Amino acid sequence: MEKPTIGNDTRFERIMTSDAFQRDVVYEGISFWKDVFLRFKANRGAVIGMILIIFITFMAFVGPMMNEHTYKSKVDNHINLPPRVPVVENLGIFDGERAGKNVYLDKGLDDVYYWFGTDNLGRDLWTRTWVGTRVSIYIALLAVVIDMFIGMGYGLVSGYLGGGVDTVMQRFIEILSGIPNLVIVTLFVIILNPGILSISLALVITGWIGMSRVVRSQVLKLKELDFILASKTMGAPTATLLIQDLLPNIFGQVIIMSMFSVPNAIFYESFLAFIGLGLQPPLASLGVLINDGYKSILVYPHIILPPVIVLALLMLSFNLLADGLRDSFDPKMKQQ
Amino acid sequence: MIKYIGRRLLIAFVTLLTIMTLLFILLEFMPGSPFNDEKLSESQRELLNEKYGLNDPIPVRYKTFMVNVLTKGDFGVSYAIEKNAEVSNIIDKRLPLSIRFGLQALALGSVVGIILAAIAALNKNTIWDTMTTGFSVLGISIPSYVFALGLSYFLGYKLTKATGHQYFPMTFDIYQPWKSSILPTIALSMFVIATVARFMRTELVEVIGSDFVLLAEAKGLNSRKIITRHAMRNALIPVVTVLGPLTVSLMTGSLVIERVFGIPGIGDLLVTAISVNDFNIIIAVSFYYSIFYIIMQLFIDILYGIIDPRIRVAKGGQS
Repeated sequence: MEKPTIGNDTRFERIMTSDAFQRDVVYEGISFWKDVFLRFKANRGAVIGMILIIFITFMAFVGPMMNEHTYKSKVDNHINLPPRVPVVENLGIFDGERAGKNVYLDKGLDDVYYWFGTDNLGRDLWTRTWVGTRVSIYIALLAVVIDMFIGMGYGLVSGYLGGGVDTVMQRFIEILSGIPNLVIVTLFVIILNPGILSISLALVITGWIGMSRVVRSQVLKLKELDFILASKTMGAPTATLLIQDLLPNIFGQVIIMSMFSVPNAIFYESFLAFIGLGLQPPLASLGVLINDGYKSILVYPHIILPPVIVLALLMLSFNLLADGLRDSFDPKMKQQ
Repeated sequence: MIKYIGRRLLIAFVTLLTIMTLLFILLEFMPGSPFNDEKLSESQRELLNEKYGLNDPIPVRYKTFMVNVLTKGDFGVSYAIEKNAEVSNIIDKRLPLSIRFGLQALALGSVVGIILAAIAALNKNTIWDTMTTGFSVLGISIPSYVFALGLSYFLGYKLTKATGHQYFPMTFDIYQPWKSSILPTIALSMFVIATVARFMRTELVEVIGSDFVLLAEAKGLNSRKIITRHAMRNALIPVVTVLGPLTVSLMTGSLVIERVFGIPGIGDLLVTAISVNDFNIIIAVSFYYSIFYIIMQLFIDILYGIIDPRIRVAKGGQS
């Protein structure tokens, strides 16, 4: 066996035989974002939430195209049919049975399949559920956009400028946040009639307050630090200071906050639709569908199930995602 | 401190005025008059307008509106729901019920939430912890109205059908005020339970890890005493922060719960009023919600000022 040597020098002999034993352990430098990503990946709940959100969003766009029904097309003799799915029906579930009778066969609809069943007007619940989900996705996006633009902008300006401007802007927020959401929505619903527009406007008016407060307090903390002073001394204009120096440092907080406001917004829309102040039939939103299902829950409980499940899953996923993001951006906050 | 409270009061008052003005503008914005739908002759309508002061110039009406509401609590009469009944009478009849359910839910929710939090924090990273945490995530994720529907369906309908005995009535019944308020209260308190449990757990875990709890342990106190006497008290302080969101959730919750369980409260009244355009009632209910909300916020702010002097300074107590 050849003697292990160091380099080409044969005068020295290696004592330890294992290579690994001697190697210095040098950790790879990990950037902040990569670190966040790694922590996020390790969080099972958050990843599941993320996958569910992607799946539900995908279904919201593709689902309604998977059959020939539209959200408002009615088939007169197909009312209140329970769910029936091909292949799966052989297993004894989703086979179109109600109270021991196959409703489809009774009506002579041998090769008709409604995956989620139909409602009391003969509309396909599969299509309506996914069309309704689109509304929730839209509201989620809207909430994020409002947080990102209005909330962050307001907080940045108020915190950075300080002084009189800050005082005025903060008093304004205090008054605005003293008005209950419900009252603002009521105002819009009365002036503009119930619908997606009044809900969106109500969100635009109130949805950003929490975010602006968080951003402002962060800016107040950061703007006294030396790196800002250095930037200022080198002649950076205010816009650069705000966007290049301050923003990257608070962006983690911003993402967390906006993720937490999403489930709230989704809940609010569906809640308004449920009590009849949101979208109006025949338009579908999850809240409208739940209200429809609720009306006939005693006789046809299958109608209410799909929208309830999708809504709960969507909100659960966003909550899990937000929790996961918070833990990965700021592991100290979790502590345990 | 007095200066701080004074400032808070001033802001609360300005907020109230803003809301009132908004509501007044809303009233003005309404197309036509409240008597549009009725078959009235031109002169009769004129008479009614005169009677309710609808012909006065706007500033005069603004003044009367403000004075009537703020000094007498007078919102005029109902146009549609109970024709010509005083709005304040209608509200008086319904408000206590809404407040009762709100308080019941708050009490039940806080107690259960705190107990759950204590269980989770004491058994950190065990199956109990996972279960309570999972439960509270579910409680936040599932909308309150879905809970209400579920309770009403499974416990109100299915259970009655299966056992032949009605343990929980499906809807609120004025003649069984306690028995039939069980389900609505549980449904309304779900969000409270989840929020309190989530928040308290984090606080408790932190407090339990702190030195003075270690000292208490070293002194030989039993764990029950440590929790109730030392840890819980300190963990309760920051819970003030969740009072705001809880108020909001109880308010929105009341709309739904009253609708689902048929409780004649003011949330149900608001929804009905919006659908039949009974403006005076809408304004009155909005006013009460706002008052309630403003008082709650004032309470939170002042409580904060007492607990944490730094906030007093930051929120402008000095200037």
